[in-house]
Amino acid sequence: MIHKDKNAREKIRREEEEHGVPMFRGFKDHKIEKLGKGFEETDQLEELKRQPSPDDDTVFCDDGTTPITEDLFTEAEYNAEEAERSGYSNYSYWGSTLRVFLKKKISVILLVFLVVLLLFTFVQPLLPNQKDPLKIHTTVVTDSQGFSKEENLRNVQPNKEFWFGTNSIGQDLWSRIWRGTRTSLFIGLCVAITNNIIGIVLGSIWGYARKMDWLFTEIYNLFDNIPYTILRMLLLYIMRPSLKTMIFVMCLTGWIGMSKYIRNQILIYRDREYNLASRCLGTPSLRIILKNILPQLVSVIMLQTALAIPDAIGSEVFLTYIGLGLPISLPSLGNLINEGRKVMLVPSQRYQLIFPVIVVAAITISFYALGNAFADASDPRNHR
Amino acid sequence: MITMFLVLSIVFMLMRLLPTDTYFGGRSDTMSDTIKENILKQLGLFDPWYVQLGNFWKNLLFHGDLGESIVIQQGVKCVDLIIPKAKWSFQFGAIAMVFQMLIGYSMGVLMARWKGKFFDSAGNLYILLINALPQAVYFLFIQLYLSKVLGLPMFFERYNLASRILPILCLSLGGIASNAMWMRRYMVDQMNLDYIRLARAKGMTSSQVAFRHVMRNAFIPMAQSLPTTLLFTISGSLYVESLFSIPGMGGLLITSIQRQDNTMVQAMVLLYSAISVIGLLLGDIMMMVCDPRISLVKKGGSR
Repeated sequence: MIHKDKNAREKIRREEEEHGVPMFRGFKDHKIEKLGKGFEETDQLEELKRQPSPDDDTVFCDDGTTPITEDLFTEAEYNAEEAERSGYSNYSYWGSTLRVFLKKKISVILLVFLVVLLLFTFVQPLLPNQKDPLKIHTTVVTDSQGFSKEENLRNVQPNKEFWFGTNSIGQDLWSRIWRGTRTSLFIGLCVAITNNIIGIVLGSIWGYARKMDWLFTEIYNLFDNIPYTILRMLLLYIMRPSLKTMIFVMCLTGWIGMSKYIRNQILIYRDREYNLASRCLGTPSLRIILKNILPQLVSVIMLQTALAIPDAIGSEVFLTYIGLGLPISLPSLGNLINEGRKVMLVPSQRYQLIFPVIVVAAITISFYALGNAFADASDPRNHR
Repeated sequence: MITMFLVLSIVFMLMRLLPTDTYFGGRSDTMSDTIKENILKQLGLFDPWYVQLGNFWKNLLFHGDLGESIVIQQGVKCVDLIIPKAKWSFQFGAIAMVFQMLIGYSMGVLMARWKGKFFDSAGNLYILLINALPQAVYFLFIQLYLSKVLGLPMFFERYNLASRILPILCLSLGGIASNAMWMRRYMVDQMNLDYIRLARAKGMTSSQVAFRHVMRNAFIPMAQSLPTTLLFTISGSLYVESLFSIPGMGGLLITSIQRQDNTMVQAMVLLYSAISVIGLLLGDIMMMVCDPRISLVKKGGSR
């Protein structure tokens, strides 16, 4: 077999020499070449072994002739950076997360969609020919007696001028929707960020400091025993709805879930061996929490953040529905849906309900799906 | 018990923060200051807070009294207003709960059984949609379009059984999704555990394993949430009831808020909180009964 192939190799080599260019070589040839090399090396090794060693104590270098003595070595200086690098691998957490995340086409599409939507809500008022969301549009009509008077453009169907039509008092629905989206997203982001910060900080203390546990547990019980919706409603009822109180109320009840989750996770990780070792070496608690424990929870935190936004938008819609929403002068998606709901029994005016609903649905679904996709991607078990 | 006392007291105190204007039920413009003061005095709002709180607890404990409605039906005891409404809510809620459990859990089991197949992805899509969309959105669409497609009435009518279908559907949708999601996750997780592998190795069929081992374990967390869910059916879904104009408690709360009936809001919020506290307590007891491994006695921690 080998002989035959060797002949073939010889043939190829000859041809190469004739043409001056390397010819195509198959994988098989390459393998055989390697194998042959291996055989040659073993031959050499056996030859080496056959050589009688001059002295049993001396160790030889690779070439088998130079004896290894102490003057060949120099003392290395201690270098903390180098020492740390010994455990280095080129695995990058965020790199891998991004790679896994980008693998799914649908999540990339959703991400692009959300970014474009976000940008557009900010860019929209700056575009030319945009209407003021609060301005009541009027038109001059001539009545039967020939007098001309101003009349509000109420419930105008979507047309060239009013892309999404107008609402029941004659405001432009297109610009109202974008203003509303901005308000709702602002509420969502504020609530998500605040909840995360409070939740993580308090959750870490709750989980890590054993002596504080009872106090936090009692506070948790207190908050958890009142249903969130009821508490939100009660507080908004007392404080009168506005943008600030809305955000405040949602934050007041929202951090609880997050901090409980963080607490449970910290309880799981805090007594693991590696943390015990860190504690024995005198690592301060803050560093253990920040460097040893919290990175394990990145995926969950990201998921919670992403879910908090649709949740805030949803509860804003709900609170508006029950009459505790933002004032009508400040358009929000909840307001718009509520306005649309009032006229939904008239089929020709349903566009007032359907347009805001589509926007809400698009935003919440993409945030939800993106959050899940990102949580999957940031779980190191999925990095392969 | 202490938590319940604290919760109710805090809610009561929060209600005291309301401006006194709201106690006249929108008639404050037509009243003179002396009449206003008289009303407030009658309601005991000028007493120091601890006297008010004491009176409140005394009335609640010894007379079962939560005060009188101001706007909705003037002078009628809140409890008398609430109880007939609660019956409706309970009726709807209980039926919806049965659906939630039956459909939700069987859906979860089936999804786990055909994991990664068509049924699983369809179920996941359903769960995603239900979780991601605000309730308002899909309820409105069900009310608007499904009623037309199926030819069902849009609003609740007392003597028309068909008008109950859509509210019950709305009430069950969310629960079905969360039950199915939970059951699927649980089944998938458990299937990889050693004791299931042992059972399989013994030669049990997968349906036997599912019913005798996994389901029995799955029942434990379910038992915990059961009393809360059952009790909360009394309070009804805020949304569905007012959307379909069912004369239930959820709708009543929203009406009270919209018409600023302070004592009604107070009574109902107190009731909701009490329900939730009792539900959690019962849930813990149920769980302890179902699972001998769990005890509510304190155990020593690792540090």
